[in-house]
Amino acid sequence: MEPAVVCRGVSKHFRKRAQRDSGRTSRASGFSLARSEVVKAVDSVDFSVAGGEVFGILGCNGSGKSTLIRLISTLLLPDAGDIAVFGCDVVRERMAVRRLINRVSVEASFYKKLSARENLMYAARLYGVSPADADARARHILGELGFPAGRMNDSMTDLSRGMQQKVAIARAFLSSPILLLLDEPTTGLDPRSKRDVQRFIRYLVESHDATVILTTHDMDEADALCDRVAFIDEGRFVAVGAPAEHKARGGGVASLEEVFIDLTGHGLEEEQR
Amino acid sequence: MKAAILQHGRAVAAFVIRDFSLVRRYLGWESVWIVYTVVSILTIGFIGVDQGDDELVVFLMVGGLLWGFLSTLFHTLAESVAWEMWEGTIEYTFMAPISRSAFLVGSCAFAVLYGLIRTVAILAAVILLFGISLANANVTSAVVILVASSLSFVGLGLIAAVLPMFSPERGSQTAHILQALVLLVSGVYYDVDVLPGWLQPFSKVSPATYTLRAMRGALIDGRGLGEMRGTLVLLFVFAVVLIPVGYAAFTWGETHARRAGKLKRSG
Repeated sequence: MEPAVVCRGVSKHFRKRAQRDSGRTSRASGFSLARSEVVKAVDSVDFSVAGGEVFGILGCNGSGKSTLIRLISTLLLPDAGDIAVFGCDVVRERMAVRRLINRVSVEASFYKKLSARENLMYAARLYGVSPADADARARHILGELGFPAGRMNDSMTDLSRGMQQKVAIARAFLSSPILLLLDEPTTGLDPRSKRDVQRFIRYLVESHDATVILTTHDMDEADALCDRVAFIDEGRFVAVGAPAEHKARGGGVASLEEVFIDLTGHGLEEEQR
Repeated sequence: MKAAILQHGRAVAAFVIRDFSLVRRYLGWESVWIVYTVVSILTIGFIGVDQGDDELVVFLMVGGLLWGFLSTLFHTLAESVAWEMWEGTIEYTFMAPISRSAFLVGSCAFAVLYGLIRTVAILAAVILLFGISLANANVTSAVVILVASSLSFVGLGLIAAVLPMFSPERGSQTAHILQALVLLVSGVYYDVDVLPGWLQPFSKVSPATYTLRAMRGALIDGRGLGEMRGTLVLLFVFAVVLIPVGYAAFTWGETHARRAGKLKRSG
C-alpha cells in the first residue's frame, strides 16, 4: 500500500532580521544596526506516514511543527529534500496534492465579519463543492462536533474560540480530504470543546479512513489519538514510534512528557527560537 | 473538461460572492465611504460653479467620476492580498486546488462590479445637484473607453497586489503611494499641460491620462470611436502589456512568499 506521506531529508530555513546589539547605533543615522540571522526551522527530517494512520508530531512552540505542516500543505517551498503525498510531489504536483489535503491551524482563520455559513460556503466553492452539498455536509459535521445549529448564521466574531475551531474543522472536512493536517487543533480550547474535537478526529479515522497528521504539545492527546508519535526539537526529529514504544524505551515511564524531557533535556513549555 | 470549467466558475463566483458579503457586513463603513466620495466630488464641482463655467463643471465631474471608478478598481485589487493577510485567510485561499487565474478573475470581476455600482450611485448624486446634461455624449465610445481603461487598471492593480507578499505592511503603503502618484500626473482635475516639465513624462506612461482625455472627448464633445482610434489602441496596448506583466508578477510574488514564509497572517 502506498504511504500517505513520505518526507526525505526535508529542511527549511528562514532569514530573520535580528538586532545586533541594542546599545550599538550607527553614528551617521542614529538607527540601531540590524543583521540577518538564519533560523533552521526544519532540519533534515525523514519520516513516512501510512494510509489511515494518525501520526503525531510533538514539540515545543517554535520547534518546527507548523513549518513542517506548511511544507506538506504546499504553502512553503522546502530548501532541501522531497515530500510526497500519496505519490504526488508537493512542489512539482502541488495542485494534485491540494485536491487530497486540507488543514486546520491553531488560529481559526476566517473572515471575522462573515457568518460561519458564509465562510463555509466560500471554502466549499473553492473546492468545487456545490452550495447545497456543502450545506448538508456542514450541518452533519458541525452536528457531530456538537456545534449548535442555530449559530450557523452568526458572525464569527460572535462565536467562542471553541465554536470557531469547530467551524475550522468543518471547513477542512467539507472537501473530503484523504489527508488531514491538524496543527494544534485543540490548543486554547475549553475541556468540553477539546473532547468534542478529539472525538471527531477518532470518528474521522474510523469511519472515513482518513490519514491524519496531528501536531500538538498536549502529550495526553497524542497518547490517546496517535498510532505513532514523532518528537521534534529545534527542527529535528529526535525519536519516532508508537506511544507505548516511547514509554518502554524510557524505562516504563508513565507519560510521553517524561520521555520528551528525557530525550531533549527540556520541557514542552519552553519556547524555541 | 466540463467539470473543470464548472469548478473554475465556482471558484470565481466564490471570490465575487465573498466580497459582496463583506460589503454587506461592513455596510456602515461602505455608506460612510460613499458619502465621503460624493461630497468630495461635489466639492470639486462647486469650483466650476464658482467660476460660472458649466463646461468646467462637466470637466471636473467627468474627472472625479472616472477617477472614482479607476481608483476603486485599482485599490480593490491592490488590497485583495493585503486583506486576506490581515484576516489570516490567505493560506486557506492559496492552499485550495484552484488556479491563480480564478483568484485574479474573481477579484477583478468584483472590483469592476463594485466600482460600477459606486460610480452609478455617485453619478446620480452629481446629476441631481448640478443638473449636468450628457445629451451630446457618445455612449458607445464611453463604454469602449471604460472597458479598455478597466483592463489596463486591472494590470496595474495586479502588480500592486503583489507588493504585500514581499512586505505585508510596506507593500500596502507603497500601493497607496502609487495610487496617489497616478492621481497627480494623470490630469483628473486639470490638463496635464499645467504640470511642471519634470512631471509631464510620468503623465505619458499613466493609462489614466489617456482614459480621461478620451472619456471627456466622448462625454463632452460626443466624439466617436473612429476619431479616438489612436487613444483606444494605446489603452488596449497598455492592457495587453500590463495584464500579463501583472499575472507574471503575481506568480513570482507568490513563489517568493512560499520560499520566504510570508503567506502567514499579518496584522
